[in-house]
Amino acid sequence: MATREVISTGNELSAMAGVDAGCTFFGGYPLTPSSEVMHVISDLLPKVGGACIQMEDEIGAICAVIGAGMAGSRTMTGTSGPGMSLKAENLGLAQMAEVPLVCVNVMRGGPSTGLPTRVSQGDIKQSSNPSHGDYRSITLCAGNLAECYTETVRAFNLADRFMQPVIVLLDETIGHMHGKADIPTVEDIKAGIVPRKKFDGPADEYFPYECGPTEPATLNPMFEGYRYHFTGLHHDRRGFPTEEIETCRKLIQRLEDKVMAHQDEIELNEEFMCDDLTGEDGEVLIIAYGSVSLAAKEAIRHLRADGIKAGLFRPITIWPSPAQRIAELTGKIKNVLCVELNIRQFTEEVERASSRLDIEGLYKVNGRAISPNEIVSKVKEVF
Amino acid sequence: MAFNYDKYLRLEKMPTLWCWGCGDGVILKSFIRAVDKLGISQDDMCVVSGIGCSGRFSSYVDFNTVHTTHGRTVAYATGIKLANPDKHVVCVAGDGDALAIGGNHTIHGCRRNIDITFIVINNFIYGLTNSQTSPTTPQGMWTVTQKAGNIDPTFDACELAIASGASFVGRETVNSPKKMEKLIIQAIEHKGFSFVELNSNCHINLGRKNKMASAMANLDWIDDITVSKRKYDAMTEEEQLNLLPLGILKQDTVVREYCDMYQDIIDAHQGKRGKVTQDDFVKKI
Repeated sequence: MATREVISTGNELSAMAGVDAGCTFFGGYPLTPSSEVMHVISDLLPKVGGACIQMEDEIGAICAVIGAGMAGSRTMTGTSGPGMSLKAENLGLAQMAEVPLVCVNVMRGGPSTGLPTRVSQGDIKQSSNPSHGDYRSITLCAGNLAECYTETVRAFNLADRFMQPVIVLLDETIGHMHGKADIPTVEDIKAGIVPRKKFDGPADEYFPYECGPTEPATLNPMFEGYRYHFTGLHHDRRGFPTEEIETCRKLIQRLEDKVMAHQDEIELNEEFMCDDLTGEDGEVLIIAYGSVSLAAKEAIRHLRADGIKAGLFRPITIWPSPAQRIAELTGKIKNVLCVELNIRQFTEEVERASSRLDIEGLYKVNGRAISPNEIVSKVKEVF
Repeated sequence: MAFNYDKYLRLEKMPTLWCWGCGDGVILKSFIRAVDKLGISQDDMCVVSGIGCSGRFSSYVDFNTVHTTHGRTVAYATGIKLANPDKHVVCVAGDGDALAIGGNHTIHGCRRNIDITFIVINNFIYGLTNSQTSPTTPQGMWTVTQKAGNIDPTFDACELAIASGASFVGRETVNSPKKMEKLIIQAIEHKGFSFVELNSNCHINLGRKNKMASAMANLDWIDDITVSKRKYDAMTEEEQLNLLPLGILKQDTVVREYCDMYQDIIDAHQGKRGKVTQDDFVKKI
């Protein structure tokens, strides 16, 4: 695939990716450290005939985005932790009514107002279930500048494939990082767009929510002759409220299964210097994601220079988690260190996937990045 | 020949969940007649409702329909409209939906003057959830959360809409279906944010404990507290105190509509015009 070189920031690359991926509507509210996503896309969208609106609050922003998405547009919003908390209820409606959208969350320190201008990865757990109820989130996490672009593009295609919100996690470090990135050409991105499925038969034979047990709804755009109903209530095959026992059960089970049955289409990981990890004692598998993975890679180079074989497993798709691959790697390698800018949020998923309680961790929650040296010291200390 | 509503109704959803004698059905029929008179295609209209008795409105009518979360109708509708400026978008919400939990979106929808028709069905109570106080529940009335009497001051929904910048504001009651129909027609025809308050009865959950337990008694009370704008304007402030004026209360056809203004932004970014400046606006602050 041809690439182009750009000098930009993570937040700007995410906005550019949205427009290149066919987004025509953005609704937002200023929220540090994500605001630059809206700053940039407010210029880009009108150029292509789209619209960007700054709503009165975070709730209004996600609602406008879902509305435009229901009507048929590719849509996007950007926010950070406090905004995610406010958007939660309506993200739940988008899960229930199966409305695709992309939500970029540039993580800052929490809880509450927290550390608005400083880095964190404290929203990992929140992103698995922002709203109440049962459904399966899809959450991607960019680990470098180029991925702020490519993962946002991938999020749009996954949102339309599975008809649900897709969360793209950046963290403040990646979002505000300024530098060179090699990203795919616009032509390649456009060629890779897979729009949402459409029904083109007679309107009286159209049942938007009638689909296989592991498939998403087929929601035609509004105003094209297929009139149906969106609701956050349990609903039947035409979208109308129902309390019929089997219909309710099947609907919620399908929200789970449509994602989990197709995890191979969603999962994406990076394994860095893992090939020669043979399982001997003294070797170390580091698990990290987002900006922390950049420090981890640097740490691994230092460790290897010191004769310690180390490698990195980096989930790019955070949810659903790459549990199977984590189980394989942690089953082979004795020493595992999770490095996160939170307290054990992904480590607990690693423990679950590996069935091991001896996973070591390096955690930081003071709004500062983790340096390669800290990771090197931790490895030498615990293994 | 009597008007046939079938074309616009989802007949399989009938009968409605509304109580016997509820005014919401009168509003539903008035709305349908209005759309029919305007000759708007069902495919070209989106009806958005919220939570509460009024929330079920959207599932009964055969348009593109959305049943949103509590209070968020105008925010959803803003996205639908801005992405589809040539289509008709109508919101239906209750007094709790529009004025309590959704108050912020109501204010800013009015302020933007985006071309949405916002029908607020005001029955002065949270009816669906059994008689909790709403922002329009008159002081001194019984509610299930204020059994010793409601002390919370009330909103005048239309005054709020006028102050917030809606370019069309009107009020009617379910006692006058023909007037409601006419007001809805004028509201949909108006280009800009149209705020329509329709006073409805809830004899079950407002009336029962407030000495108007029948639909007729509740409707009589609505009749007692409302008066035409013409008569209202001729009254002294003292006479106006406990009355709500009916009819068109504001119509501004000069102020620009939001999607129309956004086209200027698109044109500016596409080099078809200069940037939007203060000179483009009569009112600058």
